[in-house]
Amino acid sequence: MKTLAELQAIKNRMKDKVILRDGLEGTRVVVGMATCGIAAGARPVLNALVQGVNEQGLGDKVSVTQTGCIGICQFEPVVEVFEAGKEKTTYVKMTAEKAQRVIEEHLKGGKVVTEYTIGAAQA
Amino acid sequence: MKELSLNILDIAENSVKAGASLTQILIDETDNRLVLSIVDDGCGMSPEIVRSVIDPFYTTRTTRKVGMGVPLLKLACEQTGGSLAIESVTADQNPEKHGTKVTATFFTDHIDFTPLGDVVSSIVTLIQGHPDTDFLFRHTRGENRAELDTREIRQVLEDVPLSSYEVISWIESYLREQYDDFS
Repeated sequence: MKTLAELQAIKNRMKDKVILRDGLEGTRVVVGMATCGIAAGARPVLNALVQGVNEQGLGDKVSVTQTGCIGICQFEPVVEVFEAGKEKTTYVKMTAEKAQRVIEEHLKGGKVVTEYTIGAAQA
Repeated sequence: MKELSLNILDIAENSVKAGASLTQILIDETDNRLVLSIVDDGCGMSPEIVRSVIDPFYTTRTTRKVGMGVPLLKLACEQTGGSLAIESVTADQNPEKHGTKVTATFFTDHIDFTPLGDVVSSIVTLIQGHPDTDFLFRHTRGENRAELDTREIRQVLEDVPLSSYEVISWIESYLREQYDDFS
């Protein structure tokens, strides 16, 4: 059984981590979670990103957040990646499986998965 | 929407956008009837806005103020023979007690009833996206009950964000465990 005591233990472990994280200029991964995104399947994409980023040990460098309608509903689920000093990457028609590859190759390996980007979708 | 849980996620987002400090997501299943209520203490809506969120074609709006979220929920419940109701009080009308309550009633034995789907995933997603607002979730089905109140969790965690992965994972397991006993 999950208990509140476990939560207390998590809190004690996290205390130091929180302080560490504040000073970092990390990568931001943003998932569109408006009606259009949700209907197109953004929830499993978001959850795959949250889980994958943390399980791959990227949790301190990469934050995964949600936003509203990005304005390109026909391309949902949309995931945007913001990195300091680099151009924004827009991934379109995402799935949980594609998210795994983005974590592996882009967030971990530093190489954009070009075939999933909006540029490739429009070409 | 493929699952009702996705409608729940979508409608609850409106509550957060309305500045709610507490959003309650209540599912009550009795016999063949499922009542979903999403209750917030946000800014509320005027009667005119309430009409327009129910029917997106009610007004010839110039700015995109309302979307398809509520109409999709309305469709989902009405196609089972159920109905949707919205009660709302604006902060101007009552500075002490304002907010919106969306109630959707479904008949679960109707062939067009959309399955509830992964509700836990929707609740976890809401908390991950909005760690600074509170959610009360309660799902009852006969004798069974699953419940989560982020205010209690917040009290334990103090300044550790609810969106921390360890916390989110704990919340997910905590809820899934409660569903193990559901029949």
